[in-house]
Amino acid sequence: MLEQEIDLKKRRFLTNATSVVGAVGVGFVAWPFLSTWLPSARAKAAGAPVDVDITKLEPGQLVRVLWRKKPVWIFRRDASTIAALKTLDSELLDPDNQEDQQPVYAKNKHRSIKAEVAVIVGVCTHLGCSPTYRPELGAADLGGDSWKGGFYCPCHGSKFDLAGRVYKGAPAPTNLVIPPHHFVSDSLIRIGVDQKAS
Amino acid sequence: MDNNKSWIDQRFPLTKVWNEHLAEYYTPRNFNFWYFFGSLAMLVLVMQIMTGIFLTMHFKPDEANAFASVEYIMRDVNWGWLIRYLHSTGASAFFIVIYLHMFRALLYGSYKAPRELIWILGMVLYIALMAEAFMGYVLPWGQMSYWGAQVIISLFGSVPFIGPDLLVWILGDYAVGDPALNRFFALHVIALPLILVVLVFLHIVALHTVGSNNPDGIEIKENKDKDGIPKDGIPFHPYYSVKDIVGVVVFLMIFSSIVFFAPALNGYFLEHANFIEANPLKTPDHIAPLWYLTPFYSVLRAIPPMFGSQFPGVVGMFAALLILLALPWLDRSKVKSIRYRSWPYKVALGIFVISFIVLGWLGMEPVTPINSLLAKIFTVTYFGFFVLMPWFTSIGKTKEVPARVTE
Ligand code: FES
Repeated sequence: MLEQEIDLKKRRFLTNATSVVGAVGVGFVAWPFLSTWLPSARAKAAGAPVDVDITKLEPGQLVRVLWRKKPVWIFRRDASTIAALKTLDSELLDPDNQEDQQPVYAKNKHRSIKAEVAVIVGVCTHLGCSPTYRPELGAADLGGDSWKGGFYCPCHGSKFDLAGRVYKGAPAPTNLVIPPHHFVSDSLIRIGVDQKAS
Repeated sequence: MDNNKSWIDQRFPLTKVWNEHLAEYYTPRNFNFWYFFGSLAMLVLVMQIMTGIFLTMHFKPDEANAFASVEYIMRDVNWGWLIRYLHSTGASAFFIVIYLHMFRALLYGSYKAPRELIWILGMVLYIALMAEAFMGYVLPWGQMSYWGAQVIISLFGSVPFIGPDLLVWILGDYAVGDPALNRFFALHVIALPLILVVLVFLHIVALHTVGSNNPDGIEIKENKDKDGIPKDGIPFHPYYSVKDIVGVVVFLMIFSSIVFFAPALNGYFLEHANFIEANPLKTPDHIAPLWYLTPFYSVLRAIPPMFGSQFPGVVGMFAALLILLALPWLDRSKVKSIRYRSWPYKVALGIFVISFIVLGWLGMEPVTPINSLLAKIFTVTYFGFFVLMPWFTSIGKTKEVPARVTE
């Protein structure tokens, strides 16, 4: 043994090979641990659709329900509110819904199936706070006379109109999300299931 | 006694460690007020671990029970309120002590060669501590816990391409909820504390290898007597171990007055909205992180979205934090201590401190046009300090550094 020269090249090769095999092994062992962090089977199963009865919903009134742990707003707009939605284009970032933030059947000015009933995920597209409902016209703290009612995010000051479209200059980069939903009957909305193509 | 000692010393280097790190560890004799905060940080760490262990015995990391279990600790567990307030006040105290400790390093150039590694280990400690504090704040599952977690974790969702998947991976669900609370608990009570303790150990090993800096920024090891002892050095024990006790006593006086008389400190140490249970339907009207995170939060808010994404702001926020790591290499000055630095550095340091404090204050305030303008200005001056540092540390006349420490 001792007479032999030490083959340093061979030794380095073996060291490297062992390290590589070891690193691959560590990677394989890490995977189960890392993947425990992914949603569990139970968390995945918990996203059932939610039904909301809107018979008693007055114009201007807003109700909140939890769908997939997110707040969803359902509120009724009156004719003047719907008319006002058309006047805001120049102040909005994406008035025509270019960004894919809504199902196709809500890709219109009022961003809903029926113009008078709005269904919007109440999660700010900035960093996930739930904006406050500020329907009062001309609220002094929100720009006075030009304020046509909408939502104000208390976290970093994003503003949205009553169709969930974001105002320019807000930290939020896109309009609010419209969830998949459809009318089971005239007064019952099911959130979480798309409307069948008609 | 001596027999016992030698019995141990043959099996474990007790006397050796004692001498090398305490009784014969030579520290500059001119330490001032600013040198209390290292040992105070250790004290607070021990306190947090102790109180934390006892809180864990009564707390339930569960979406449905967490808030109630904290109320239970506050009302029904004997002395539970005390232990919890010690822990919550300790968190803020930790950051006060750490910020002063870091400011000391800026004053006296303690991050400069040969102490770059001490600085880097310290910075990693500081970042780990922020993560620890953030996760701890989520546990009581109040409104601020919930919405704070929502905002901070959403930051990761803005990473291009992988953001949304990363978010789901961190949360273990499609929104903040039980899985997030449960894993934050695990990280808060075991993973991060272990990391913190190891980092503190490494920080001190590195410190004891090169020795402490001092208010004059002189290397005392360059001036040794014939026994090889630095002429300006005194043994850490008993001189500084005893001096540090004075710091501890004063600290504990202030600390306990807060614990007993104003544990929420008017919303700064415990935010009012956190006394309301988490409600995923409603964000509180005013939300802000706790004070020690707000300077970075302000940077986040100051940077507008670009290309339809919040990511630049997130990058800015992390850059504001990580740029501190580069400090040892940005500083080109030949002298360490502020006492001998040129005036441009003094001015720049002053502007930096003001920027940091103003950003911290703005981070707690609601967004108004004036506030966001201020936040933008001070974000620029904050980064300016680092970007211009190679320049302003190499101009102006520095004073002559004495060979020996001054009185
Ligand atoms: S989360 Fe709404 S503005 Fe930031």
